[in-house]
Amino acid sequence: MATATVHSAIEPAETPLTPESWGKLGMWVFLAGDAVGFGALLAGYGAMRATSGDWPNPYAVLGINLTAIMTFLLICSSVTMVKALEWLSKGDRTRAVQYLFFTALGGAIFVSLQAYEWTHLIHRGLHINQNPWGATLFGTSFFLVTGFHGLHVTGGVIYLVSMIRYVANRPDPAASYNAVEITGLYWHFVDLVWIMVFTFMYLL
Amino acid sequence: MAETGHKHPNYMAIFWYLAILTVVEIAVIYMPLAKFTIGVLLCALAVTKAALVAMYFMHLRFEARTLGWIAVTPLAIATLLVFVLLPDGFAVLKKTDTTQQPAAAAPAKH
Repeated sequence: MATATVHSAIEPAETPLTPESWGKLGMWVFLAGDAVGFGALLAGYGAMRATSGDWPNPYAVLGINLTAIMTFLLICSSVTMVKALEWLSKGDRTRAVQYLFFTALGGAIFVSLQAYEWTHLIHRGLHINQNPWGATLFGTSFFLVTGFHGLHVTGGVIYLVSMIRYVANRPDPAASYNAVEITGLYWHFVDLVWIMVFTFMYLL
Repeated sequence: MAETGHKHPNYMAIFWYLAILTVVEIAVIYMPLAKFTIGVLLCALAVTKAALVAMYFMHLRFEARTLGWIAVTPLAIATLLVFVLLPDGFAVLKKTDTTQQPAAAAPAKH
């Protein structure tokens, strides 16, 4: 009840879409916009690929073993994210902080693996304006799309670390529930986009 | 302690679905199928995985329906964008296709 009073004091008018907070609706609208950005990048990738005759076979050139591990890692970090929220709803702040940390760690390892993959590919001659296996645009689109996603993951890790502080500084678990749920929306979105990127840029 | 927010679904079940679907995706690309079939299968699997994440991890299933409409709008826009890019794509193909044009214009050269 105390939380409800605090919330209604900050947000007097509630939205029928997300009665919990305006922030949640705000995050959804932001994510919808961000999704159009990724959608445009992937549609552009498709158009460039369809019109280039010498497009290399992505999974033969890039190798998918490491990327499959990265995909699995991101799915795991999504699970630890929902678990953090679940612990918070049960009133266990310590566990919630722990799981937020695991989520951030998963994201950090993902970005590190991506940096390793990029370094490896650059050494083999794949650049943003150069591709030893065919169409130059392959290199351009690969670095552009995976880079855009990697930046999102990096941003997400910073967001998660700041949320660890946010939860740790609030003795009442209910007080940080909404903010952590909004963080979760962003993090799952990054996972969702990777599912698309992995399918369209590595497997297809 | 009273529960805050909505119900929490069985997250571990969703995790296993996602993990299994990822393995299936990787298996599909090595299957002796037509390229088109593989493409359709991969798209279907990706959309299924994305839907699982959105519905359960992002709790879209438990939200107002209008919020769902907000969430699928980008998908509709991106799909439209593919059709917008198609004419350009065909134009480029027509210009760069070296196998068909000379054959039609001057078949004797071959």
